[in-house]
This record gives sequence, structure tokens and C-alpha cells, in this order.
Amino acid sequence: MGQGFFHDLDQLPIYAKHWIVDLLPTDFRPLASVLLGIVAILAVFPGLFAITTILERKGLGRIQNRYGPNRVGPFGLLQPAADGLKTIFKENIVPEGTDKIVYVLAPVLLIVSTFLLYSVLPIGRNIVALDLDAGILFFFAVGTSTELAVFMAGWSSRNKYSMLGAMRAIAQMISYELPLVLSTLVVIMMAGTLSLVKIVEQQATFHNGIAHWNLFTPWGLAGFVLFLIAATAESNRSPFDLPEGESEIIAGYYLEYSGFKFALFFLGEYLGLFAVSGMAITLFLGGWSAPFDFLWFIPSYAWFFIKLLALICFFIWIRGTLPRLRMDQLMSFAWKFMLPMCLVNFVVAIVWRFMPAGIGRILVCFTLIAIPYVALARAMAGKREFRKRTYELAT
Amino acid sequence: MNWRPEVDVAFVSLAALTIGGGIAAISLRNLIHCALCFATCLLGIAGIFLWLGAQFVGFAQILVYVGAISILVVFAILLTRGAGNENGQRWFGSPLVSATIAVLLAGVLLASLVASNHAKATAAQYSASAPVAAIGQKLMTSHVLALEIIALMLTAALLGAVTLAMPERKR
Repeated sequence: MGQGFFHDLDQLPIYAKHWIVDLLPTDFRPLASVLLGIVAILAVFPGLFAITTILERKGLGRIQNRYGPNRVGPFGLLQPAADGLKTIFKENIVPEGTDKIVYVLAPVLLIVSTFLLYSVLPIGRNIVALDLDAGILFFFAVGTSTELAVFMAGWSSRNKYSMLGAMRAIAQMISYELPLVLSTLVVIMMAGTLSLVKIVEQQATFHNGIAHWNLFTPWGLAGFVLFLIAATAESNRSPFDLPEGESEIIAGYYLEYSGFKFALFFLGEYLGLFAVSGMAITLFLGGWSAPFDFLWFIPSYAWFFIKLLALICFFIWIRGTLPRLRMDQLMSFAWKFMLPMCLVNFVVAIVWRFMPAGIGRILVCFTLIAIPYVALARAMAGKREFRKRTYELAT
Repeated sequence: MNWRPEVDVAFVSLAALTIGGGIAAISLRNLIHCALCFATCLLGIAGIFLWLGAQFVGFAQILVYVGAISILVVFAILLTRGAGNENGQRWFGSPLVSATIAVLLAGVLLASLVASNHAKATAAQYSASAPVAAIGQKLMTSHVLALEIIALMLTAALLGAVTLAMPERKR
């Protein structure tokens, strides 16, 4: 039970893949190798989606002072299976007057492009489906095609609410794509590469027992927070869930979808959230690397999924806590706060790069972030006063 | 030329996607359908870039054209006229003028392609893929003036958009 065992445990998926591929005749091996990667992605992440639905309903239930699902199986753990069966057997209603081809293609495009996002994410040491030279670019390029899918869904439904939802979703996604990409650019600039595998490898080195995660630097911390906010908006999660806005536009762009097509949209939304969380992990939280030197024995893919689950729990917590924004608040937040902060973060990264290492560098960089942050927040708040809220009928 | 199935199948299907998307984009009646087919055509072009090993250009093509330009086109159609209008005229102008313009444009493109250095280079002179770092180096050294001019132009466009969107002051 030495170092060799843990190394083998770490590389277990790779060994399994080689073992299966070697069983096949030589001509099929490249194809089989690619297909195995695809099958793994198709199996693991929808499984994670099933876990997340129960986790989210339970967690939101607890936050809202109720139990959540507890009828199906022990502690309600079989609820995802029941939900899945229900959506498969539900009647598939296609409203009259819809644009049939576009209507059917929209969820397909959404699901395909969302699954493609996972192909460049390094899930463990040497575990990545596609090691591209321009991996980050691939991620964002594929990510933008979901906007087209959202538009297709909203437009082809021939429904006012769907169209409004689609317009809101696209406006929001385009606005928040800018801070999303800009906060990423800082990492690219400091790492000097567009390859996600190399970015993680750079963070997986240790100094005094602590990993070189980007999160542990001032620009990385600011970038991570900005990225996370933009990612929440990009995946239409609460408090940025205006495109769905149940109380105003019912369910937004997928209002006219029923049965399994609706389930596909639901799945696509969650898979998009996981993918963008995986990207945040890769860029700022050191991907598959351990935070401390002495934790090296935990397999790399376990670290990735621990971090992913932690981020998912964070998103559930945020959803249960914050109220929905208004459209104008959403837009002014993106353009007047997120964008300037991203640009400030650039300057901070440059200062960090050219100052000698030490406590002085950390202090200067934190001040450079804190002053614009306070100034922008004050300017955005304007002359509004916040008083302690008093209730007449409740105590 | 030898037929290599493992390479040519990809090219033929990408070319079919591009040309098919292009033809559909100019011949369909519903403008939104045209815009979506146009996006398919652009996606096919991006696929050909990737097939040629130009990762950066291919992904930039998807990011800019499929992600942004086609959304812009779709918004422009929705905001200017009825999107569900099926009665629009299918062909505009005279076929003779259109054909002349098309032939002239194709001629100019072909002539510049044949005259360029790329036509004379052999396949061995190209590496398998252009590394992104090399493109960045070129942009920041030999093509830095072009980069700066584009940056200035985009800033001007941004300022113009802000000016247009500003609420008019009361007199």
C-alpha cells in the first residue's frame, strides 16, 4: 500500500480505458477510444444531474423550513428515478402553429452543445476527452451556440411569453458573457496558455505545502467572484432567473415544451451550470489538484467532483437566499459594475506580475481592488438610504 | 487525386453543410429560417477551418459569427418587420445583374487566391496546426498597427452605441 497503489488508483479510469480498447481489433481502436470518452461523459454528468435534483429539492426545502421530497424510497432518494419515468411517459404536446422543425431542433441543439462543453474539461490527471491547444476558446465558442438554441425555442413556440423569455435570456447571456470572458482572460494572461490542461498543471504545483491555485492571489480571488456571478447569470440561475420568471412570464422560452422535451431543457440548464462550474474549478480552484501537499493520496478525479459538488451546494444556497433581480438592475449590474471591475482586475494582475513577491505586493493589489469596488458600489447605490425595516403586524 | 475516405468524407460533408446552408439561406421564404440556415452555413465554414487544423480561426468563427452575428441578424429581423411573414418576395432584382455581380466577385476572389503565395506553397510547408501563441506573437509584432486601428474603431463604435442609447436631455 505505498505510493504506487495511490498512483494506480488515480489513473484507474485510464487503465480501464486502455484495457477495453486493447480488447478490440487494431482498426477500431482510435474510434473506440473516442467513443469511450463520450460514453463516460454521457453517463457521469446526467447521473450528477439526478443527484443534484434531489439535493436541490431537499436543500431548498430545508432553507424554506419544510422537508422536501421524502416519499419515494429511503429519505426520498429515489425521487429522481420517479421524476425521470414521469417525464418519459408524459404526453408530448406540440401546440398548433409552432414551427415544427425549429421547435424540435431547439432542445437537441441545446443538449448537444452543452455536452460538447465537457469534452475539454480536465476531470483528472490525464483524464480529458479532448486536449485542445485552444481549449478555453472551444468552451466559449460552443457555449455561445446555446443562445441560438434558446432563441429557436422561444421563437418557434409562437407564444408571446416564450418570445419574451427568449429575448430576456439572450440579452442576459450576451451581457454577462463579457464579464465571464474578461474574468477568464486574466487567468489566460497570467498562465500564458489557452490550454485548460496546462492551466491546471500550473496550479497543481506546491509551495510550502500549499497549491498554487489562482484563488490564492488577489486577482484570482476577484476573478473567481466575478466569474461565479457571471456564470450564475449565464446559466439563468436564481437570482438571475428572469428568463424563466414564473410569476411574470410563466416559464420563459420553454413554456410550450412538454414531456421529454421539457426534461431536455431542464437537463440542459443543469448541465450548463455544471460545465461552467467545472470551468471555474479549472481556472481558479486548481482543477483536479489537491489544496495541500499532504492530501496527495486522494485521486485527482475525486477532487474535481468534490469541488463541483461544493459549488453546486453553493448555487443551491444562493438560490434559496436571494430574491430575483429586476431587468434594469440586471443590465446596470452587468455593464456598470461587473465590466469595470473586470478591467480593474486586469490592471491588478499586471501590477502583481511586475512587483517583487512579498507581503507588499498582496497589500497593494488588495487595495487596488478594494478602492474601485467601494467606489463603484457607492456610485451605483446613489442616494438611496437603507433603514432598518420595521413591520407593523409581525415582530 | 486519390480518394482518401478518412479525410475526404469529413470535407465533403462540411462542404455540403456550408453550400446547403447557403442555398437555403437565400431561397427560403421565412426570414428567420433564412437566418438560421445562414448560421448553419457559417458553422460549416468553421468546420472547414477546424478540418484544416486552424483551431483558433475555427473557434473564433463560431464565437463571433455563429454566436454573435447570427443573433444580431435574428434580432434585426425581429425588430424591423413581422418575423412570421411568409408572403415576402422570394427573388429581388434582375437575374442578369445578380449573375454578373456573382461572377465578378468569384473572379476577383479566385484571381487573388491564385496570385497569393499560399497557392504556390506545398502541403509540406504548412505545419499540422497553427499554434495560437504564434498568431498572438504576429498580432503583437508585425501586425500591431492593424490591431490598434481595429481597437480604435471598436471603441468608436461602442461610444456611438452609448450615445445613441442615451436618453435625450430635456431642454
